[in-house]
This record gives sequence, structure tokens and C-alpha cells, in this order.
Amino acid sequence: MTEPVLVAGRKQPRQRRRSPVPLPLLLPALLGMAFLVLPLAGLLIRTPWSELPHQLTSPGVWQALRLSLIAATCATAVCLVLGVPLAWLLARTEFPGRGLVRALVTLPLVLPPVVGGVALLLALGRNGIVGRWLDEAFGVTLPFTTAGVVVAEAFVAMPFLVISVEGTLRAADPRYEEAAMTLGASRFTAFRRVTLPLIAPGIAAGSVLAWARALGEFGATITFAGNFPGRTQTMPLAVYLALQSDPAAAIALSLVLLLVSIAVLAGLRDRWMTAP
Amino acid sequence: MTRTARRRTLKLTGTATAALLALSALSACSSSDSSSASSSPSASSSAKLSGTVTVFAAASLKESFTSLGKTFEAAYPGTKVTFNFGGSDTLAASITSGAPADVFASASAKTMAIVTDAKDAVGTPVTFVRNQLEIATLPGNPDKITSLKDLTKSGLKVVLCDKTVPCGAAAQKALTAGNLKLTPVSYEQDVKSALTKVELKEADAAVVYKTDVKAAGGKVDGVEFPESANAINEYPIALLKDAPNATAAKAFIALVESAEGKKVLTAAGFLNP
Amino acid sequence: MTGPAGPTGPTGLDAHLIVERGDAFRLDVRLTAAPGEVVALLGPNGAGKTTALRALAGLTPLTGGHLVLDGLSLDGTPPENRPVGVVFQDYLLFPHLSALDNIAFGPRCHGVPKDRARAEAAGWLKRMGLDDHADAKPRKLSGGQAQRVALARALATHPRLLLLDEPLAALDARTRLDVRAQLRRHLADFEAVAVLVTHDPLDAMVLADRLVVIEDGRTVQEGAPADIARHPRTDYIAQLVGLNLYRGEAVGHTVRIAGGGPEITAADALTGPAFAAFPPSAVTLHRDRPTGSSARNLWSAEVAGLESHGDQIRVSLSGELPLAADLTTAATAELGLHPGAPVWATVKAAQVRAYPA
Repeated sequence: MTEPVLVAGRKQPRQRRRSPVPLPLLLPALLGMAFLVLPLAGLLIRTPWSELPHQLTSPGVWQALRLSLIAATCATAVCLVLGVPLAWLLARTEFPGRGLVRALVTLPLVLPPVVGGVALLLALGRNGIVGRWLDEAFGVTLPFTTAGVVVAEAFVAMPFLVISVEGTLRAADPRYEEAAMTLGASRFTAFRRVTLPLIAPGIAAGSVLAWARALGEFGATITFAGNFPGRTQTMPLAVYLALQSDPAAAIALSLVLLLVSIAVLAGLRDRWMTAP
Repeated sequence: MTRTARRRTLKLTGTATAALLALSALSACSSSDSSSASSSPSASSSAKLSGTVTVFAAASLKESFTSLGKTFEAAYPGTKVTFNFGGSDTLAASITSGAPADVFASASAKTMAIVTDAKDAVGTPVTFVRNQLEIATLPGNPDKITSLKDLTKSGLKVVLCDKTVPCGAAAQKALTAGNLKLTPVSYEQDVKSALTKVELKEADAAVVYKTDVKAAGGKVDGVEFPESANAINEYPIALLKDAPNATAAKAFIALVESAEGKKVLTAAGFLNP
Repeated sequence: MTGPAGPTGPTGLDAHLIVERGDAFRLDVRLTAAPGEVVALLGPNGAGKTTALRALAGLTPLTGGHLVLDGLSLDGTPPENRPVGVVFQDYLLFPHLSALDNIAFGPRCHGVPKDRARAEAAGWLKRMGLDDHADAKPRKLSGGQAQRVALARALATHPRLLLLDEPLAALDARTRLDVRAQLRRHLADFEAVAVLVTHDPLDAMVLADRLVVIEDGRTVQEGAPADIARHPRTDYIAQLVGLNLYRGEAVGHTVRIAGGGPEITAADALTGPAFAAFPPSAVTLHRDRPTGSSARNLWSAEVAGLESHGDQIRVSLSGELPLAADLTTAATAELGLHPGAPVWATVKAAQVRAYPA
């Protein structure tokens, strides 16, 4: 184990270097791990495994899951289409009130989701300031519809995407866009063919965060879109309602959602999070 | 880090995690032991009452119980009544999960049964009021709703309470009695949410309690319907087993059941038991 | 594409660049060049060379003046519509595209179909000797290879004005030699105007037909490299080309240095404001005041500093006439020179050039 080492002409046994993880760091780290793992462990341990097959065959479960996945993905798409240009505006241009706009963008992050839901009703509800016009001009109402679910989820998830993309844009070198312009690219072409590929990892990370947030949204969804199986009853709503009457069903639903989320996040991480 | 040192750290981490998981598993397998300090019973009714009384009550009791709470605080200076209003099923679930409360007043025998079955109540619950359903429509009743059947008109946005909530269960009973099939746009989690949807003009109508229509004042119009007689909800009230302030709690329950209490409740639209 | 020249045919560059940046800086430079000419903008850091380049490219707007290329006014035209190609100092090759796609980028922006653009790009790579690296991403290329790809990328759009910003600055000394030679050949082949920005006089001498020296946003001298080297008009240029330079008033062969300085006897006779210049190698140092020497120019001085300069020692001297002298190592040792040592400096009048200021 010990090898003689030549030190200043004399042979000395090599010191065994001890560098264990310092205790003041190890203990809180373990506690942190336990803090995160314990609820998940609780879920797994308390799952009524014998009842699980019966619960899983109930149509409500798959209906809610399908709705949740579709709504979360649509909401993320909305966030991308609206959020990436907004992030570009905030990062690359100067305009009066830019600081205020940035603060407003982060508002849904700190707003309690139910408050967000109420605000959405007042703006986009059947009687809302914009919703009223939508109803009169197009006969379109958002509450109580799947589209309403998408709107509520997009509202709470948008800040995640905008902040992530804005951060990446700021870090990206704007001189590449200048180089593209000298080669004949218009500002938009430069954005499309040079900037977008460069910030793709940031967009991917933001999308994953937004998707996860949208999937788990409850307060804004139930307040704005209501609760109807198959149309607006997402998984979190289904779990909440089941918890009152049928805890076993609630646990089964939670387990399904947990497994699906882990599968999607794990799958996405490999493909999109690693640098090209 | 040398191999030995690394192995040591890994072993330590592994042991710690395993220990934590084992602990949680043990507590999961063992039966839940509720350890609580039982309050000493007080004998005389004229004893000085003090402290906080925590009352979990169905959402439909909001206005009347709030006013009774003020009466109680005035009658017994030094006391404070705090309320937690919500869907009876949600409240029952909280109580059985260990939420600290003194009194539980629910909107149906079924939801009270959740608490008594879990042996979290003391004695037998007493029915103190009953509530009947009523249709709440937009002010002025623009859709000309006159009966439960009118709610099934196409194009009408109707909101019901979820079946797990007493209001929703009663609504289903009434619909069955009238041989009607109604598909609402949403199943709300408590009766006040359903009412709010109509108040905000998001929904055209909702099936709520008479007391809710009354409490909403001019914001909604009420339409009574005969099928509601088949689905009257009985409201039981009970003292909870682990009540932190059992003495004051009993006094509050007494107030609710007294003539004064009944006056407030009837004025709100409740039916006598 | 921008192949054919503007309305009046290929007349080259005619620019008066005025760029104001607040109160701090003002660039005011006139630049003209004929097609096929390579003009170098030379100057110290902060002189405004990069500002001038960016103004020509359209990346910085002009506050005043004009910019006409081949008879077409470009002032106010956005960069993407100018027939200008730029090779940036750190190349700025798009990291997510291969070398081939980088070069094809410009033509594709101008509407050339993808396949034809890629074929043209392949042609450029061959011309640059880089066909093996067509699919390589920029981070896999060496400095010299990246520079060639950057040049090809700029040339692929057939610009009427090629701008190069310190093209060799990012390379190590050995690569610089080869790349300088290759760049010279490419620039010689280039038919339109090329403007090159550099702070390295050797780059300017080798690559440019004409030099424009800029200091503090103003042109201080322009002309052929050889002329400027022989007759520098500012300290900066003098230092660059390695001369001792003084400004004063000439009366015949004597130049009295401005500010009440000493007199220098020069080889040339003239009258009026004049420059006097001599190389450091023309200076002889003595420990004691020499007597009976033919040198007309003799000054007392003190050694301010010593540094190696090639295989000689450059001695900086302070005194009535601050100057630099080049000595062999042996001579420096013999004289026992050290900072603070008093010496006498002499220069033969025949080696001092004087020319009008």
C-alpha cells in the first residue's frame, strides 16, 4: 500500500492522503437529499399496490393524464411562440419601460396561482375586458374549455421560459449577428439562422421548466377553466378531488403522474440539455 | 480520495439514507398513534371561558357562523373564534389527517361520517339545521329559468358542485328525482366557488343552497324548484376528540343549537332540523 | 449578388467618415481607394481605426460626411444591403455550422439555392487549400485555417469592399509569417477595394499599397509605406518604424528643436518648420566628453533604461535631447552602462535627415 518515494535523497513512505467530505457539508447535504426523497418514498411505500391495477383501469385516470400531457405541451408551445420573441426584445433592444416589462414578466412567478386564475377570469372570462369582445365578435369563450386550461397553464409557465431564454441571449455574443449582417442577412434572418441555433440549449432548458410547471398547475386551472372530466380536469385536479373521497385513487393517480413526469424529464435531459 | 476513504464515505452515505428510509417505512407500517393532551373538562357552565375555538364549517355556513362567532366573542370576552370554511369533504379529510380543530359542522351526514368513522369525534353529532337547494341565475334571470328542467337547455352554461361535495351529491339526488340528465360545464370543489362563477357572470346558472342565494343578495337571482325537496341536506355538528379547547368548543356548539343561534340560521335561509 | 459594380462602374471608394461618440471621441477621416488597391489603416489603440471600419461596414452609423462606393452612396444603407465583406479580428465563424456552411452562408442570404451555394463554397475551400476540412466545425480548426475560412466567407459574396480587422493579430508568430504571405497573394488577386486595419507596421508594409495613419480620430499621414517609413511625421510612426524624430524650425542645415531645445545639424538644408530624424543605430555613446571628433551633434545625456532589441541593446536616454541608441552587448558592457549613468551621445550630421513639417 505504501510506496517508498524519493524525497530529498531519503526514502520516505508516501503519506496516505485523507480527504473525506467535510462533516459540516455532508450532514446538511444528506438532510437535503432526505428532504427531497422522503415524500417520494412515502408515496411509493403507501401506494396500495394490490389495488393499483383496478385503479389504473378506471377511464378517468387516462383521460386526466391525456388531457394533462396535451395541455402542458400546447401551453409550452404557446410560451415558445410568444416568449422567445419577448425574451429577444428584452435582451437585445432598448426601449423606455424595459425594466418595468421585465418585472411584469416575472409577476406570474410570485402571484399565487388562484389569484392568477381570478385575474385571467377578469381579463379573458366571458365578461372580462378582452373576453367580452372575444365572445361578441367570435363567439369564443375560454373558461370551461380545454383552451382555457392551456391559457391558464401558459400564464404561469411563461416566466420560466422568458427568463431562461433572456439569460441565454444576454450571454450569447451579439457580434455573430453583426457578422451575419455583413454577409447579407437581415436582422430576422440573422436571428433565425445564427442566434436561434446558438441559444437552442437555453430554449430547451426553459421549455422543460415551462412544461413541468404547466403540468403541475392547479390553482389557476381550476379557477379559470373549471373542472370537468375529459375537458378541463387535469391530473392535479383529479388527484385533489380524489383525495377527499378516495385516497387510494389519489395515490394511484399521483404515482402515475410522477412516473410519467420522470420519464419525460429523463428522456428530454439527454437529448436537449447536452451541448452540441 | 483514496479507495478506502471513498469507500468509507459511500458507506456512511448509504447507511444514512437507508436509515432514513427504514425509519419512514417503520412509521408507515406501524399504526398511527395519536398523542395529544386531553383538555380537562370543566364542570360549571358559568366558568370563565377563554382561548381560541377553531371551527371547521361547510362553506354554506360562512355568513351565519361568522356572525355567531362575533356573538360568542361578545358573550365571553377573552375568547376568539377562528373559522375554516370550505368543502365539507376537504375539511373532513383534513380532520382525519390530524388538523387541529375543536368543532366540525358539515353539510351532510356522509361527510360527517368520514370523521366519526375515523373516531375523531366525541359523542354523536347533532343535526342543527337543514339546507335546501335552489338555482342561482344571473341577475334579472335573462335566460328565463323557471325549473330544474330548464337547466338542461342547450347552450346554457350551468355549474354544479362536485359529487364528492354535499351540495353536489344533493344536486345529483334532485336530478335523479326529476329524471333529468344535466351536463354542467364544471364541477366546482365547494358551493361558494359555484356561486362565484355566476356572480362573475362566467356561468349562467348554478345549483347551490337557498342560503347561498340569500347571502349573495342582488348579485344573483334565485329560482326554487320542487325536486329540491327530495335532496335536503342535514347539517350535523360535532365536538372533535382532540379539541385543544373543548370547554369553549362545547359552549359554541351550545350557542349554535340555542334559540339565538337558530334565529341567525333561519334568517340566513336554513331550515329547522 | 454584388458582382457588377455600381452605376458609374468600378470607381472605388470615396469616403469621408465622421463619427461622433458623445463628447469623448470624434472620428474625422477621409479615405479614398481605387479598385484593386489595398489601403492599411494604421494607428495606436483607441485611434479610431475600428470605428472607421465599422462605419464602412455599416455597423456604426455616420454622424456626418459621406460614403460612396463605385458611385453608389452607402450612407444610411443597412449592413446587409452593402456590398461589403468583413473579416473580423476573431473571425466570428458560426460555431454551429461547418466550414463549408459558413462560407455558403453569405451566398444563401443573397438568394443562391442551397446546392449551388455549397458547391461555390467547396470551390473556395479548394482555393484556400482546405478541402479536407469542409465538414469541420470552427472549433476544430487551427488559427490559420480559421482565418482562411473567414476570408473565404467574406469573399464568397463578391463584395466591392473588403474590410479586414487586424487579420493576423490572433495568430502566433510562426503562423503569422505563412498567413501573411498567403493573405498578400489573395489580396493581390482581389479586384475591388480592400481596407485593412492593423497596429502592426510589418503587416501594413507587406500587405498594403497605401498607408493611412490615424491618431486620435484624425489622419496624421498617408502615402506609400516606404515614404512614411522614411519620413515619419509623428512620434508614434517614428517609434513604429524605429526612428528618433524631432520637430523644430530649420535654418539651413541646422534645426532648432521646438520649445527652446538644442540644435541638430542635418544632412539636408531647408528653411521653415521641419522634422529631423535619425535611426538609433546612428548614435554613438561615450563615457567622457569626446574631444576632436568630427560629429557636429553632441549632447550630454543620462541613461534612462536598457532593453534588448533583437541582438542589440536599445538604450533610452534622457537629457537635453531625449533619444534612443542601439549598442552591441559588448559595447554596453564596456561602457558600464546602467540606469542613471551619465554619458555623451553623438550623431553624424550625414545620418540626420531633415524634411519639411
